Amino acid sequence: MNVAIVGIGIHPFGRHDDISGADMGAYAIRQALRDAGIEWTALEFAFGGSMGQTIGHEGSGSADTLVKDLGLTGLQFINVLNGCATAGSAVAMAANSIESGAFDLGLVVGFDKHPRGHFNADASAVGLGSWYGENGLMVTTQFFAQKINRYMHEYGISRQTLARVAAKAYRNGASNPNAWRRKPFSEEEILESRLLNWPLSQYMFCSPDEGAAAVVVCRGDRAHEFTDRPVHLRSSAVTTRRFGSFEVFSPWLPIERSPSPTVDAARKAFEAAGVAPDDVDVAQLQDSEAGAEIMHMAECGFCADGDQEAMIAAGDTEIGGRLPVNTDGGLIANGEPIGASGMRQLYEIVLQLRGDAGERQVPGEPRVGFTQVYGAPGIGACSVLTT
Amino acid sequence: MAPDTSTSTVQQRPLQHGLFTWPAQEPHLIGSRCSNCGTAVFPATRQGCPRCSCEDMDEVLLPRRGTLWTFTTQSFPVKWPYIGPSDDDFEPYTIGYVQLDDVVKVEARLTEPDPTRLEIGMEMELEILPFATDQDGTEVLTYAFRPTGRQPRSESA
Repeated sequence: MNVAIVGIGIHPFGRHDDISGADMGAYAIRQALRDAGIEWTALEFAFGGSMGQTIGHEGSGSADTLVKDLGLTGLQFINVLNGCATAGSAVAMAANSIESGAFDLGLVVGFDKHPRGHFNADASAVGLGSWYGENGLMVTTQFFAQKINRYMHEYGISRQTLARVAAKAYRNGASNPNAWRRKPFSEEEILESRLLNWPLSQYMFCSPDEGAAAVVVCRGDRAHEFTDRPVHLRSSAVTTRRFGSFEVFSPWLPIERSPSPTVDAARKAFEAAGVAPDDVDVAQLQDSEAGAEIMHMAECGFCADGDQEAMIAAGDTEIGGRLPVNTDGGLIANGEPIGASGMRQLYEIVLQLRGDAGERQVPGEPRVGFTQVYGAPGIGACSVLTT
Repeated sequence: MAPDTSTSTVQQRPLQHGLFTWPAQEPHLIGSRCSNCGTAVFPATRQGCPRCSCEDMDEVLLPRRGTLWTFTTQSFPVKWPYIGPSDDDFEPYTIGYVQLDDVVKVEARLTEPDPTRLEIGMEMELEILPFATDQDGTEVLTYAFRPTGRQPRSESA
């Protein structure tokens, strides 16, 4: 794939009472444009994602309305909505737009502004009867808990390992000025925090919040026009679930099982990039809760199921470890503004590959990065990036 | 959840018609089974088979017993659209997937609220129980699984 990222921008994640979601998006866009050394008027196309508006979260706004704040230049602006994989999907479409030869220079932005508390879903919107929510089964955190509980049973993962993953997230978040949760917690504090859905306690979960991030993308062979340190997007793959995968909001599951859509997306991304999981120097994985990071390590091909118990105890996924994961604190420390979450992953990988990550910089000049988002009701999106 | 519905004199209604047989001495969940590939789904569907796309699905009563495949607790109060007791009256509950023989796994509420007394692989049996009350006092019945205390017939979980 001949696509490069030549500019990045971010609005800090967290709670911001005095700014709308769209304004955070515009902030991130202006920063990304400055980083690329270009004006808004130079852009040929944009893809933008903001989920909040579609689920009734005031203040999020529709991404394409940003043009009135940035300039009515007539560019192609397409809204992308694909659950928690919105940003991963928007990036894939932007990359395809360049690959197809249609455009040379464009932008991808994601932002959201969610109210406090767990995401509430309408059963009829996901093709289920209203009885499912009335029965108390329509809570996304229940799915995460049930998936990791089964995984722990099958592969011998302990609750201590869940706590280790969360502690790492807060530790990394503490050194990220754009993170929401910047206070480290001990493993004991995490284990003893309020139980939400067994085996997951409060501090093992990410929370919905607010934020925005944007990247400027261009044809790879033109990257030198904008930066002397381009990061190349080698591949970007989006997949949906197959029959038998264990997904959120399932009143039933078949006896036969098939891998998560993340497994397919990661395999496609690695194959298209000509890169192996072993080559990756830094990874950003969807950690909606600590168990998700553990399972996604295996689903993306970084280890066999069950190896995580020893790997995480040995510090392999720490900054400075064999495979640093979620160096910016991931979703656990940054929260999840859905449209922005995957864009934040790209922002962090670009920082790391440029060597600009400051005190959380992965040592040894990392050259290969990887991102993965997972969205309901069963969407995987992965990308491979290199210097 | 109160364990007994048979002696109740208050008005009752199922959460949704067509989810389970009711009233019944031995209730069953009602699903659909594909006439082509045998895949069973819950609840019953008017759509085609999600596995093979065959449009010929027959209604089927699902087995009443199975083994616990996974579970979790709902320890924090649930907001709308949940119709059980909310806010200060919220009662934590447990849910899980129960594998009904080799037919299908269904997601359901469990009667045992203590997660330390639940174990993946344990045998479970279907019950119909009240879990919510309409404004006019009518009790709303849901389907739930109770540990039988027996060893599962086979380790299929």
